[in-house]
Amino acid sequence: MDTSLQTESLLHTGTTFFPEGVGPFASSMDSLFYFIFWGSVIIFVPLILVSIYFLIAYRRKRENQLATKQMTHSTFLELAWTVPPTILVLIVFVWGFKGFLHMSVAPLNSQEIHVSGKKWFWEFSYPNGNKGIGELVVPVDTPVTLLMTSEDVIHSFFVPNFRIKRDVLPNRYTKLWFEADKVGNYQVFCTEYCGDGHSAMLAVVRVLSAEDYEDWLAEANSGDDLPLDKLGEKLYTSKACATCHSTDGTSRVGPTWKSLFGSKKAFVGGGTATVDENYIHESIVNPGAKVVAGFDNVMPTYAGSLNDREISALIAYIKTLQ
Amino acid sequence: MSQVALNYLNATKGLKSWFCTLDHKRIGIMYLICIAVAFGLGGFFALALRLELISPKEILFTAKQYNQLFTLHGAVMVFLFIVPSIPASLGNFLLPLQLGAKDVAFPRLNLTSWYVYVFGALFCVYSMVAGAVDTGWTFYTPYSIDSATSVISMTLGAFILGFSSILTGVNFIVTIHKMRAPGLTWFRLPLMVWALYATSIIQVLATPVLAITLLLLVLERTMGIGIFNPALGGDPVLFQHFFWFYSHPAVYIMILPAMGIMSELVTTFCRKDIFGYKMIAFSSLAIAIISFLVWGHHLFVSGQSDYAAMIFSLLTYLVAIPSAVKVFNWVATMYRGSIQIKAPFLYFLGFMFLFCIGGFTGVMLGALSLDVHLHDTYFVVAHFHYVMMGGTVMAFIGGLHYWWPKMFGRMYNETLALIAWAFVMLGFNMVFFTQFILGSKGMPRRYYSYLDQFQPLHAFSTVGSWVLAVGFILMAFYLIDSLLNGKKAPSNPWGAMTLEWQTQSPPITENFLETPVVTHGPYDFGMEKQS
Repeated sequence: MDTSLQTESLLHTGTTFFPEGVGPFASSMDSLFYFIFWGSVIIFVPLILVSIYFLIAYRRKRENQLATKQMTHSTFLELAWTVPPTILVLIVFVWGFKGFLHMSVAPLNSQEIHVSGKKWFWEFSYPNGNKGIGELVVPVDTPVTLLMTSEDVIHSFFVPNFRIKRDVLPNRYTKLWFEADKVGNYQVFCTEYCGDGHSAMLAVVRVLSAEDYEDWLAEANSGDDLPLDKLGEKLYTSKACATCHSTDGTSRVGPTWKSLFGSKKAFVGGGTATVDENYIHESIVNPGAKVVAGFDNVMPTYAGSLNDREISALIAYIKTLQ
Repeated sequence: MSQVALNYLNATKGLKSWFCTLDHKRIGIMYLICIAVAFGLGGFFALALRLELISPKEILFTAKQYNQLFTLHGAVMVFLFIVPSIPASLGNFLLPLQLGAKDVAFPRLNLTSWYVYVFGALFCVYSMVAGAVDTGWTFYTPYSIDSATSVISMTLGAFILGFSSILTGVNFIVTIHKMRAPGLTWFRLPLMVWALYATSIIQVLATPVLAITLLLLVLERTMGIGIFNPALGGDPVLFQHFFWFYSHPAVYIMILPAMGIMSELVTTFCRKDIFGYKMIAFSSLAIAIISFLVWGHHLFVSGQSDYAAMIFSLLTYLVAIPSAVKVFNWVATMYRGSIQIKAPFLYFLGFMFLFCIGGFTGVMLGALSLDVHLHDTYFVVAHFHYVMMGGTVMAFIGGLHYWWPKMFGRMYNETLALIAWAFVMLGFNMVFFTQFILGSKGMPRRYYSYLDQFQPLHAFSTVGSWVLAVGFILMAFYLIDSLLNGKKAPSNPWGAMTLEWQTQSPPITENFLETPVVTHGPYDFGMEKQS
């Protein structure tokens, strides 16, 4: 698993059952969980103790021993174990529904970011035209609405710390909103099974202070000052190439980039070619045109996601991996 | 003394006498063998995928192979094992016996349903060897439309298995209506029969929907009809609605017969009349009906309307209450009984413990807001394993131990049964309780790899799977051993009151020497005279 997309925000933070909660939904949801949890303990433990008492007190001591009482009804008991649980679950129902409505309606002043799910990465498009892959950058204490759609199969966008999740569908927009109230890096998962790279379809929400966010906006998409191969190396992780292509020779979902440039490849459906600049360019913008034998045609197009300079940078980087 | 009593097992000999049998008991045994093989196969897949998950790195399998493994685990366990498990094996064996009848209403249809099951199973096995399917057992579109694996043979397999399920359901409904012994009124029926009746209703009404859905998926893949495929203007979420319209009621196909077994076990091993007979009988029917109206709780985060979500959540809580009431009734039945803790009763206790945890976590998942966080995480995986394995499988094994002497005329080793039970309970909780914490901490399901911080919990869960496996291997050992070396079983080893115990073990082909006449309720044990 690509470690650059992992955060430490989950297991070792928060309470026994939940990661640290960030934003407006966590406190109500966590209280509801612990309400049900302790309610269950209060019902479950006596139930177990009573059962154990029965097992001991009424153990059969001689072979032909019969029960000492036959009781088939008790209106009092039956009401006692039907009515209170019904009331309890109705409380839980209303509590859960109110929380759900809160999550369904985004504040009017929220900032809108487009999210696109593709096999197997997340792409974010900001209002100012910036685009990013694998990293969602947002300012702290600002409501954000994610307008999400999928380019292929169903994905699902899940941020455990924010307690939000929604399926991301092809041909349809779905929405999520949140307001991060704490600066930090938070884990994003894809939670709708989408194939070989499903568990690698991660991202990070970077919540920045207002000043840092301004700086980020100014800096983003620069990289103009970097030499091409260094920019390519940066794009290799930031554009999620690393999910499917290794640089150390191991085979992932797609062919490794090590010693790729100049090598001769055979394609699905026949034909061979030597990997050159034009082949790599074609494979980035039209990946299905020539699929290397032994691999599936699963890569989405990056046309529109990478500009010419960025594609050149990737080619330059691949050339260094000999 | 060396004379062996004539019974259904030795009445006729040779393979042909089995493959052409119309005897519901033999058909039940044939189902039992198939189902045991399916459980072993599904369990093998489970052990393999747990082994891969011991580390986030690649150990034995690639991502694709792992995805095929969890799909096959789910598909085999659901379609080949758990749906037919209790009704087709124990139910087939027991139903006519408990009714005091000679056979089911349509013996030829009964044999047909077994052949249909085997035919469907062959398709599933073919799918495993010919590019094993990797869509998850739920076949969600559009992934299942695009996947290059053998989706069609697996869906056709499930489609055919559905017909087996429908035929058994129809047969049972007619049998219960028309084949009861004289004096066996509806409220003198054992609760197992009520449970099988409710199950059969769901099988007959819900399974056709699955059949149509899977057929549409096959047509979508072969002819591109554009119902589910968004590229052709279809709606992939529609598939989820169709799928769960069957598959949620199917959850009750799995649990209702288990609840029937629970009522039989608690009455026999406590020598008590059941507390709240009518309540339990009618709650089975209530569950069967409401279960058709809760499918949308699988789609809370799918983008369905908020109003629909609200109604599905409310109905989900309504269907939870009858299940909770049954649990309280079983505990109340133990009160002042004459309790004997034998192997079947251990599984009764195991069910109570595990099913309650499954139920409480179900209350968490039914809450709309909480489900948003917990949906599609390991929390859900743990929840349904507590219900399905902690509930249905525990009851199935309990029932198997309970009726084993009746089915085969042999007793098994009680001490080994106790040890195996302890392994199963310990192993099960190690595997799945861990997964509650993994899930609520954020670990999504169906992940080949995972964040490094989750590794210790995953490793612990994997070790638990080995403990669980030891329990089941031991069980297989002493059950097979009992067939060869077990002590002969008397006709009524547990002192039960229902009709199947009033004939010899194993029963003769015709079940009873003469048609029994019923004059009292199924759990009329009487009580000690007060001194």
